Amino acid sequence: MTLPPIHETMILVIGLVGVLTTASLVAGILSWRAPKPLSSTLVNLTQRINAWWVMVVAITVAFFFGRTGMTILFALISFAALREFVTLTHSRRSDHWVLLGMFGIIIPFQYWLVWTAWYGLFTIFIPVYCFLLMPAITALNGDTERFLERVSAQQWAVMISVYCVSHVPALLTLNVPGFEGRNLLLIAFLIITVQGSDVLQYIFGKLFGKHLLSPTVSPSKTWEGLVGGLAASSLLGALLSFLTPFSPLQAAAVALVACLMGFLGGLVASAIKRDQGVKDWGHLIEGHGGMMDRADSLVFAAPVFFHTVRYFWSV
Amino acid sequence: MTKLHLRANTFTLLQTVTSVGLSALAWVVTGVRPIWNGSQPSERQRIYFANHASHGDFILLSACLSEKVRARTHAVAAAEYWGKSRLRRYIAEDMLSSVLIHRQWTDEAQNPISIMLLVLDQGHSLILFPEGTRNTSDEPLLPFRSGLYNLSMARPEVELIPCWIENMSRVLPKGQFLPVPLLCRVVFGPAVTIAPGEDRRAFLERARQTLLALNPRPDRDD
Repeated sequence: MTLPPIHETMILVIGLVGVLTTASLVAGILSWRAPKPLSSTLVNLTQRINAWWVMVVAITVAFFFGRTGMTILFALISFAALREFVTLTHSRRSDHWVLLGMFGIIIPFQYWLVWTAWYGLFTIFIPVYCFLLMPAITALNGDTERFLERVSAQQWAVMISVYCVSHVPALLTLNVPGFEGRNLLLIAFLIITVQGSDVLQYIFGKLFGKHLLSPTVSPSKTWEGLVGGLAASSLLGALLSFLTPFSPLQAAAVALVACLMGFLGGLVASAIKRDQGVKDWGHLIEGHGGMMDRADSLVFAAPVFFHTVRYFWSV
Repeated sequence: MTKLHLRANTFTLLQTVTSVGLSALAWVVTGVRPIWNGSQPSERQRIYFANHASHGDFILLSACLSEKVRARTHAVAAAEYWGKSRLRRYIAEDMLSSVLIHRQWTDEAQNPISIMLLVLDQGHSLILFPEGTRNTSDEPLLPFRSGLYNLSMARPEVELIPCWIENMSRVLPKGQFLPVPLLCRVVFGPAVTIAPGEDRRAFLERARQTLLALNPRPDRDD
């Protein structure tokens, strides 16, 4: 896999560093002028921006190692996300070997399929073979206590944290005519629009939010935030169309679909957390939760983005 | 016993390597994080007492202590199990620098309290599992054995710190040797002291309740 043209990569890196530097400066000035001790909102803002820096550095490093780097990075993200999911849900002592298999077999094998670009097995390995064999093993273990609940939790854990996440590096296996060697930019496009949409929805919600969208699931999501955020991130997608094989209008449409899926991912993640009685997925990142708290939107957006590009653009 | 005397002062190279290696492993597998909820990290002499469900418990707890504290803190382990073969004894004493005691003893030289007091009298700290064995029951915490009370009566100046180890029974259940990676926290609670006139049984139950109260998710049933 060759690296994308240096020109676009440079624009991308300079743009991201510029945005984050501005964000850090603004947060720094706000914290400097604000009364001490700092409000939790300000502390949280700074922590979020710092997490973004870590994210950008990790992805940039993986970027320069091409498909291998991206595959390893997202396998590690799957590991962290799966660990959070399994920690949160109910399991019993008899599930030990199934749980071990999820970490020790399913993650490596699924990402090996990505790395070797074995599309046929990549799409069915988890939803066909794992989903049938995992409950079979659980049944063979003979422990039927809360059987359906345990099996469902395990399958959702693998679906969300491994299957969905693996569609991000799988973008590198697509063959889009006239776009050869530049697939890494598709990953950049997906992550920037979807994560950007999270931030934009938050900002629009804070500025104009009035009507709660789903008060029983999330007290912070509003219709104004959703509509404003989606409109702004579609515009962001159109502006980034130079990274992609899409025209500006197509880029806006693709970004809109991805960000809508991202919104739904966040909503589902909130519902799961609420059901389990926790505020955050974990404690991976100091002060603000775990991997899934940052990646929930990407998880839902990635497979749909992947199949959109595959159906309409690849051969 | 003489063995313990000679080497309890500082870690050997093997013990340092083992302890750094195991702490790193604990972090990779469980992302372990200490929650100080009523006490603070300190180099004071302490007895850390914790719930016990897995061989990994002591590794997780020590991973939450600083390297300096760890070098002067010894887990108390059962000689019936860890003294069974030369290999186990080597792992327990030479690598993990634990203190082996006999749960069933007749010979006064094997009196567990005197052995633990010897360690305390060198200024070192202990990690103690007062349930006496790994808990595989459905109860969150078994009744405490009396060692904690006897030690505190003999050395009241040593702080007793309750430590709730979360999830470790799911990571490495008794009888398994491969750990499932799950997130774990260790919650360190406020120091417990024997109240004036408090009898053994009342104190042990109160210490047990203090430890139970640290469980961050008491509602979950696995």
